Amino acid sequence: MTAIRVLVGTKKGAFILTADGKRDDWSVAGPYFAGWEIYHLKGSPVDPNRIFASQTSGWFGQIIQRSSDGGKTWEQPGSMNEPAAPPADPSQPVFPKGESNKFVYDTSATTGRPLTTHQWYDGTQHPWEFARVWHLEPSLTDPDMVYAGVEDAALFRTTDGGQSWHELSGLRGHDSGPKWQPGAGGMGVHTIVIDRKNPERIFVAISAAGTFRTEDGGATWRPINRGLRSQFLPDEDAEVGHCVHRIALHPSRPDTLFMQKHWDVMRSDDAGGTWHEISGDLPSDFGFPIDVHAHEPETVYVVPIKSDSEHYPPEGKLRVYRSRTGGNEWEPLTKGLPQKDCYVNVLRDAMCVDSLDPCGIYFGTTGGQVYASADGGDRWAPIVRDLPAVLSVEVQTLP
Amino acid sequence: MIRVVLPHHLRTLARVDGEVTVTVDGAVTQASILDALEARYPMLAGTIRDHTTRRRRPLVRFFACNEDVSHDSPDALLPDAIASGTAPFLIVGAIAGG
Repeated sequence: MTAIRVLVGTKKGAFILTADGKRDDWSVAGPYFAGWEIYHLKGSPVDPNRIFASQTSGWFGQIIQRSSDGGKTWEQPGSMNEPAAPPADPSQPVFPKGESNKFVYDTSATTGRPLTTHQWYDGTQHPWEFARVWHLEPSLTDPDMVYAGVEDAALFRTTDGGQSWHELSGLRGHDSGPKWQPGAGGMGVHTIVIDRKNPERIFVAISAAGTFRTEDGGATWRPINRGLRSQFLPDEDAEVGHCVHRIALHPSRPDTLFMQKHWDVMRSDDAGGTWHEISGDLPSDFGFPIDVHAHEPETVYVVPIKSDSEHYPPEGKLRVYRSRTGGNEWEPLTKGLPQKDCYVNVLRDAMCVDSLDPCGIYFGTTGGQVYASADGGDRWAPIVRDLPAVLSVEVQTLP
Repeated sequence: MIRVVLPHHLRTLARVDGEVTVTVDGAVTQASILDALEARYPMLAGTIRDHTTRRRRPLVRFFACNEDVSHDSPDALLPDAIASGTAPFLIVGAIAGG
């Protein structure tokens, strides 16, 4: 029987919410990794019971966790104290190195020095320094391959199930790299979208550099920000420097991208070659998440936030806005959501859709609520109300 | 046998309760204790000191015999009481203010 599993990362641990296909009776499991920030969890499309999690702490740094049983039990890949694999020489077992949390940026092959630098807050150039993994994107075809978007902004990949990670430094090594700079929230790769029709094509979004696309599996990249305008930039139409908050696409139309930018909701119909604004009649075009209906490629969801200075819904009313026309014309979805005195935020990785029919929509708030709609957004109900601040929400539709 | 006290979150990662013990061949220093600890508990690698630079993470402190030795050389000899297991080597997470 069809089931739904919602993976929730919070400021103080991970939670797993499960229900059958009706999506009206939920079980809550957790906290997992209690007390740690869980930036993101995501399951493999190939093996849904294989789930990866980014666990971080200001004290103890980055941890990568992996489950092979749908989140019931977890391990740090290649870090348990037993031989990592059957050794070629049985008298010399190869013990794990504990490197699942080792994210080391590439250096120049000739000089050994940092590959490149980026702009620092004082205008000087600054070397890349790893802080944490913001987003994990498992491969569409290989359960051992996962992409990791990290702060400072770079893309890493594992091909051994998370035991070791290696940078795809063509992204950071792009000529524009020295112009990238952190925003107030840091400089991280927060969005990774793989084209299901052509997995060699990947889109990433970086705060505060913009959006980039590769056509060769991550070796080389080009910025795709034409049409974006950012008033905080000296050159409002600059090639890079835009604070993109999130991009999304429908798998059947990988050339059509939707974007929630710092301000402005945008759309591209040529795989990011050019963008145009579709904010239309939204009460505010500031916000963080954006997603696309599982079965209707022109149905898009955003959660307007009042402004970049006031990170809560306009008028204290928590409203998801839905456009069924691919943008510009938006309707508020309010049934079941608080319509007064609500001052939570919804972060960029904290909204997702399942693939049932009717489509389910899920989002989590900084107030610890996780809301679900089992009818495309017409009606909402909280799955759980009092979690720690929610950082990410992903959903798995299980057979 | 050297006794090591880990902070709560690292005990959870290592799946241990209470103190742990490690064996060090040769000089007993911060570095040699951490080498032995990471060999015994690979899941702790990178959580106490950086994988590459081997430098202590900023919000982790080391105590030996009631002294904060965090700023001592990683290769400095630790007191005999640590080497003999009479006193534990403490790895402590900094207190969060607020």
